[in-house]
Amino acid sequence: MNNQGRPTRPVETSTGETRTFTGNRGLDIEEPLLFEIGRLETTGVDIDEPPAHPDRLGDHARRGRIGLPGLSEPETLRHYVRLSRKNYAIDSGLYPLGSCTMKHNPRLNEKMARLPGFADAHPLQPVSTVQGALTLIKQLAHALMTMTGMPAVAMSPKAGAHGELCGMMAIKAAISAAGETSRKVVLVPESAHGTNPATAALIGMSVRTIPARADGTVAASTVRDALGRDVAAIMLTNPNTCGLFEPEIVDIAAAVHEAGAYFYCDGANFNAIVGKTRPGDLGVDAMHINLHKTFSTPHGGGGPGAGPVVLSQRLAAFAPVPYVVEREGRLDLVEHAEGQELGRMCAFHGQMGMFVRALSFVLSHGADGLKQASEDAVLAANYVRVCLMDLMSAPFGERPCMHEALFDDAWLKDTGVTTLDFAKAMIDEGYHPMTMYFPLVVHGAMLIEPTESESKASLDLFIMTLRDLAMRAKRGEVERFVGAPRLAPRRRLDETRAARTPMLRWAAAAG
Amino acid sequence: MRYLPLSADDRRLMLAKAGVADIDALFADIPGDRRLDNLLAMPRAMSELAVERALGTLAAKNVAAGSAPFFLGVGAYRHHVPATVDHLIQRSEFFTSYTPYQPEIAQGTLQVLFEFQTQVALLTGMEVANASMYDGSTACGEAMLMAHRLTRRRKAVLSGGLHPHYAEVCATLARFAGDEIDRLSLDPTAGEDIAAAIDDQTSCVIVQTPDVFGNLRDLTPITEAAHAKGALLIAVFTEVVSLGACRAPGEMGADIVVGEGQSIGNPLSFGGPYVGLFATRAKYVRQMPGRLAGETVDADGKRGFVLTLSTREQHIRRDKATSNICTNSGLCALAFTIHLSLLGEAGLTRLARVNHANAVDLAGRLARLPGVEVVNHSFFNEFTIRMPEPAAVLVEALAARGIIAGCPVSRLAPRAGLDDLLIVASTEINTDEDRAAFADALRAAL
Repeated sequence: MNNQGRPTRPVETSTGETRTFTGNRGLDIEEPLLFEIGRLETTGVDIDEPPAHPDRLGDHARRGRIGLPGLSEPETLRHYVRLSRKNYAIDSGLYPLGSCTMKHNPRLNEKMARLPGFADAHPLQPVSTVQGALTLIKQLAHALMTMTGMPAVAMSPKAGAHGELCGMMAIKAAISAAGETSRKVVLVPESAHGTNPATAALIGMSVRTIPARADGTVAASTVRDALGRDVAAIMLTNPNTCGLFEPEIVDIAAAVHEAGAYFYCDGANFNAIVGKTRPGDLGVDAMHINLHKTFSTPHGGGGPGAGPVVLSQRLAAFAPVPYVVEREGRLDLVEHAEGQELGRMCAFHGQMGMFVRALSFVLSHGADGLKQASEDAVLAANYVRVCLMDLMSAPFGERPCMHEALFDDAWLKDTGVTTLDFAKAMIDEGYHPMTMYFPLVVHGAMLIEPTESESKASLDLFIMTLRDLAMRAKRGEVERFVGAPRLAPRRRLDETRAARTPMLRWAAAAG
Repeated sequence: MRYLPLSADDRRLMLAKAGVADIDALFADIPGDRRLDNLLAMPRAMSELAVERALGTLAAKNVAAGSAPFFLGVGAYRHHVPATVDHLIQRSEFFTSYTPYQPEIAQGTLQVLFEFQTQVALLTGMEVANASMYDGSTACGEAMLMAHRLTRRRKAVLSGGLHPHYAEVCATLARFAGDEIDRLSLDPTAGEDIAAAIDDQTSCVIVQTPDVFGNLRDLTPITEAAHAKGALLIAVFTEVVSLGACRAPGEMGADIVVGEGQSIGNPLSFGGPYVGLFATRAKYVRQMPGRLAGETVDADGKRGFVLTLSTREQHIRRDKATSNICTNSGLCALAFTIHLSLLGEAGLTRLARVNHANAVDLAGRLARLPGVEVVNHSFFNEFTIRMPEPAAVLVEALAARGIIAGCPVSRLAPRAGLDDLLIVASTEINTDEDRAAFADALRAAL
């Protein structure tokens, strides 16, 4: 007791769930939709009404209400701060989402992207007024070519899948230019990202799926058997989606080239090998680089990214517009095709904001730091792999992995616990689950990518947590898993209901 | 290296645990003769201060839009963004989260996307909107492909008022898919006869309003002509603030509405990242590209949100997917939603009135200059002037006087024979003094 009579020690009470009047649970506060709290007449932005002026809208003026509610500034802050607290984030914990590379986002990159010279430059300003921006693009392009050992790069694609489209278009353009229009098949391993076959389909090519070996990699002999005069290209992810470096990649590239086809490499996992080997030395003709994965970016709930594509000499001429050139001692933009360019992929010049962040990351790391980052990412994944291997099943045995460790669900057989249940139980332990059920070639896949951003203490706690959960699953504590998560802002959501009766926007309640 | 937490001791212990002698043993699958023995030919690691110096030097070589009277638009607009927006999007929990694949711990992002979809649907006058595309131009290309799927036809008619970059994105997609494009010639006065170009092979007509020259277009008769031939109407906008003053495309019968959302919440950033808006009719939703957030309930019956209808998407449907898009513009969509929540209908419509008033004022000043003519019948915050000399020359002359004057049509279409046209925008950013300085400088340069 202090001298005002306020108790300073907790009182012993029986535990049990507390039902609150508000539905809130301490710091976890229920938050309505904007449309339930906003008002049509409210605004959080003070704007002076303009002076009287002639109307030049013609007869195109809006009639009637839009129906958009507004909030004052303090209400806006509270609404979105409360919503933000319902998210898991890298800044708050380990985010082992395989294939997505959730590494630390240096805040320096944000500061640099917000410099007025970059953030407040318009893409159509006279080129004399944006020499710094063009220099930055050129410097980043140079760094990407150096890291990949490739002679050219197309900077404008807006994300990985857009880069794939760009690279495959360049391949198709080169094939057309050579008069080889019968090449309309793309070889895609069954373990590939879904974007690969979707991209091939977008440019009117058909997909021939090639199987992986039992060890999770692609055999050069399989590729050779699938090649023919109808094949335009192979799309191969390396390191692949099982987290393995394709050991026969050089032979695969040679076979593909011998058959007159091109080697497209999905560079989603380039982060594992930067500074260790160069795709250009492996025989790659085109590869997109997810700047937002390899060189970090604030993912912001799903983008934006950037997907520049490095190109081999025989594809370089087919890169899209625009691109930066040096003319008479200054930098200029080529915005209209002058030769065999494949055309334009998007308005303006690409994801400048991501370019600044990526270059900031690259300069900060330097050649030594980039190599160390790759090594640490690979080391962390292998550490996690060996520390869990006695409890969980690794489909490809004791083989070392690259930057991500893959497990299947064989070890859960007969426990009554699925990969999904195991992942949801991780949420109750304060972790974002790993990637689940991808790649498709492994049953009940769990793909763990810890990245280079985790300390050993953080990795050890993560490993101990997964070991504890794994032992509980094996001991038959099914209830713990099938009901999980219990401690998150929401329990499992009914996805079937969402898909069967789609409610994709707010609508005022009837009556 | 400040971003890497492992110490040399940690690495040694972890390598031992992994059962390998050195780190290169973990890279053993890389063929020996293809391994890099030396460091990449790049500079070594730099301190935060050194990187700031290097990039600060580059940034200083650009003329920031805010440092000069500034009148450029054409698909990217300079607007004032309240300080609250950038503060909120940098909340770690929004900023450093990924695509909401685990909805129980991503309700923040999912609810924002649901709010975003609702705002976009309301603004465009449509029934449903997706959770964003890369930008307006790629959204436009995706809309064309969606129309092909819906109509099972493969020819798109592109208005001559469509932003040339958008038209080129469509042309690139069409060329590689083997589809047909009928692109009408650039049309500064909106006098084209689009209906005459529609036939029974046409899948869609793509029309922009305000168009690239700033003209406002009535989509109703074009929609009727398209529908009469079984084609769809795709409405495009590049300035979303115009929807605060002008009729919504949905009211004029559009089947798909796409546009650029950068103006609300997002900086110019030299062309990206931006946020593509994509809306359509409910009956077409299963052919829509991109992610969708939908409402549902959790195991306790509480309302919650999930990504839904994903059987349209590449990770499920692979080569039969509606699009190959995966990463979108989540963070830019968040900025859009927060800024629009701050504005509300009252703020957005007033902002639109200020934009229109500023543009009307500028058009009046420029039209009074000898030899200068405003070509538009109508406009919102952007219009086109015809000048007695090539616009590109005058723009350079004005840039030398510290004024960013607008975009010469020749920059967008060098072979169109429209070298005397300049596209000029005036938003709420511009002051009376800015507009007077522009008119004075142009008078002096002519």
